[in-house]
Amino acid sequence: MKRSMRPSSASMRAAPKSAIQQLIDSRPDAAKVDRFLEGRSIPIVEGPAVTFVWRGEANGVSLRHWIFGLESGSALTRIPNTDLWYLTLDIPHGSRVEYKFEIHRSDRSEWIEDPRNPNRARDPFGANSVLQGEGYAVPDWVRPDPTSRPGLLEPFGFHSKAFGGMRSGHIYLPARFRKTRLYPLVVVHDGRDYLNFAVMKTVLDNLIERLEIPDMIVAFTDSPDRIREYPNDERHARFLTEELLADLTHRLPIIDRPQARCLMGASFGAVAAFSTAYRYPGVWGRLLLQSGSFAFTDIGKTNRRGPLFDKVVEFVNQVRANPVPVSERVFMSCGVYESLIYENRSLVPLLDSTGMQVKFVEARDGHNWENWRDRLREGLSWLFPGPLMFIYE
Amino acid sequence: MGAADVSSPYPEPPHVISGDTRAVVLLGAQRFDPSLADAVAELGVEGKIAAITAGWQEREEEDDDLQEHLGGRTVNLRLHARAEEVFKNDPDLQAAHRERQAILRHRQDFYRIRLEHALDAQHVIANRAAPKDILDDEARASIQAIRDIDRSHLERCVRDHKAFEERWRPLERPAVADQIGEIAEIVKDCEAIAIAGGHVASLLNRLRMFDIAKLAAGKVVFAWCGGAMAVSERVVLFHHSPPQGPGAAEVLDEGLALVGDVVCLPQPEFRLRLDDRERIRVMARRFAPATCLALPARSRVTWLKRGPKDPSGVLALRDDGMHTRFEVSGGGGIGS
Repeated sequence: MKRSMRPSSASMRAAPKSAIQQLIDSRPDAAKVDRFLEGRSIPIVEGPAVTFVWRGEANGVSLRHWIFGLESGSALTRIPNTDLWYLTLDIPHGSRVEYKFEIHRSDRSEWIEDPRNPNRARDPFGANSVLQGEGYAVPDWVRPDPTSRPGLLEPFGFHSKAFGGMRSGHIYLPARFRKTRLYPLVVVHDGRDYLNFAVMKTVLDNLIERLEIPDMIVAFTDSPDRIREYPNDERHARFLTEELLADLTHRLPIIDRPQARCLMGASFGAVAAFSTAYRYPGVWGRLLLQSGSFAFTDIGKTNRRGPLFDKVVEFVNQVRANPVPVSERVFMSCGVYESLIYENRSLVPLLDSTGMQVKFVEARDGHNWENWRDRLREGLSWLFPGPLMFIYE
Repeated sequence: MGAADVSSPYPEPPHVISGDTRAVVLLGAQRFDPSLADAVAELGVEGKIAAITAGWQEREEEDDDLQEHLGGRTVNLRLHARAEEVFKNDPDLQAAHRERQAILRHRQDFYRIRLEHALDAQHVIANRAAPKDILDDEARASIQAIRDIDRSHLERCVRDHKAFEERWRPLERPAVADQIGEIAEIVKDCEAIAIAGGHVASLLNRLRMFDIAKLAAGKVVFAWCGGAMAVSERVVLFHHSPPQGPGAAEVLDEGLALVGDVVCLPQPEFRLRLDDRERIRVMARRFAPATCLALPARSRVTWLKRGPKDPSGVLALRDDGMHTRFEVSGGGGIGS
């Protein structure tokens, strides 16, 4: 039998050239680059291959991102005879990556957003460009929906004996708020940031309208010194539990059961939420902990993250030595592109072993507010299932 | 002219309506493309119809569309508002009611914890490789474990209701009895009762509070969505894709049992993944011998004294994980 020497057409077929490679092969000039960029979505997402491009005169261009485990500062390559720079990376399905370009010129370097990418994320430090990898889409429930009845945000001021000073924040009341009804309470750390950068009011309005969470009262709190007050500060726990909770329960129709009380926060805010619950076991029946800064050591007290984390390490080591149930349900989330993924993964089985119900969700994202925004639906609805399961119209 | 003769020539099937109700018509969702008027006409109901929209809670009286659809002959029984009046006039009963609801919430929480573990175990076992006879036997054991949890939960709920009723005797309390008297007067002049959906727990609670099962004697009952669930024997909450992750169908409580041996699953278009054979198989086996009936929009089936008749568009979940049109065999029993 004559055996064909020609491999199957499938194996012969070369992988299609990327758009940037086709451009390079065409030995482009400025006009070709113009045509190449015209109307094209940037970065160029071709399956898992993502090409970042920047155009301009510079001595060098680097990609700055916050993906832990992938070298930041990777250099873009200039296409000969053009002012177009590019870098292609393999980015896993469903990823969302925040980045900037670092432009090197003879006398200085500067970090800039990608001028050709309209997707950007704001945070307390400014804004970043956002790569929406293949398979990632901004959830529809984070956008204002005209059919969702808006809740009310009211400012509140509060004199804290624990801190010896004023504390302020905002109270969210659902659209159909009635004084004769009783509501669960969620207390949010870094409330202003959750409102500004994770659009949490819009998220609440939409999830409530869609029956995915119940009507709820949400207290958005802020700290003037979160770095000191959030990592397991006795005053903070006392303020939240003995003062704020007591005051809100007195003033508002809040269900007076642990199952209806939730503490939530991200990063150091998650440490604040968990450490408060740990100091007051049984009071806060629900915890929503996002990208918690749960640093610990297995031996010794020195941690690689520096002195800011000393109190965190002391606390988490204590929890690891003496894991006890402090709440009923704990929702945890963390980005796999965060260095904290190790600490968060480590905490899950520990909490689980205490008999608390723990749900842990990972996302291909980093330590940022839109990651935390994108996990709110799953977290809130798992801690507080809405009437969706009860309503059949 | 009164209701058409709805007696049935069928021999005794296993699925019957409760003794005193003339007929029960289960329908799909009515909100966007209502078919209720057709069903009413086919059964020859020409008189007044008592409407129950308590599942809509505070929006109970926003029933203009329903009124219009049925030619202006509905009388809303206002069960939600009446319950509010009862609570206002009988604070002790209100406090007791709240306490019972809190107990039931605890029951549901603990039941859910057990159930999720049993469903997880079922899923793991179903995906193991082993000789077929062993797998079949283990699959049966998995389903039995889930059924035991369902049954035990239902028994606890029934026990809690019974304890509440024995202690507080709600039907004998003036605040409730007066309302029941008024409702009975209205229903007496009606030929049929139409029960809309909405919040099924709230609806079921009001139906029980005012003893609607008793008042339905001699009437034709039309029920859709949450209403269809509430008039069946067992109310099963379900959603295959809720935001919090894979949804586990859970037994809420006993229903009014106006129809027997079916589990009503309205809005399957949005709530059921009919192509997920494992889930469909588990549902069908878990609630057998009751038949799981998916009721899409415009679907309908009429239950007469001796069994179902003229199903249209109703789907039956099968224990092999498939679903088929719900059909009635010649003898009036259920085929699928």
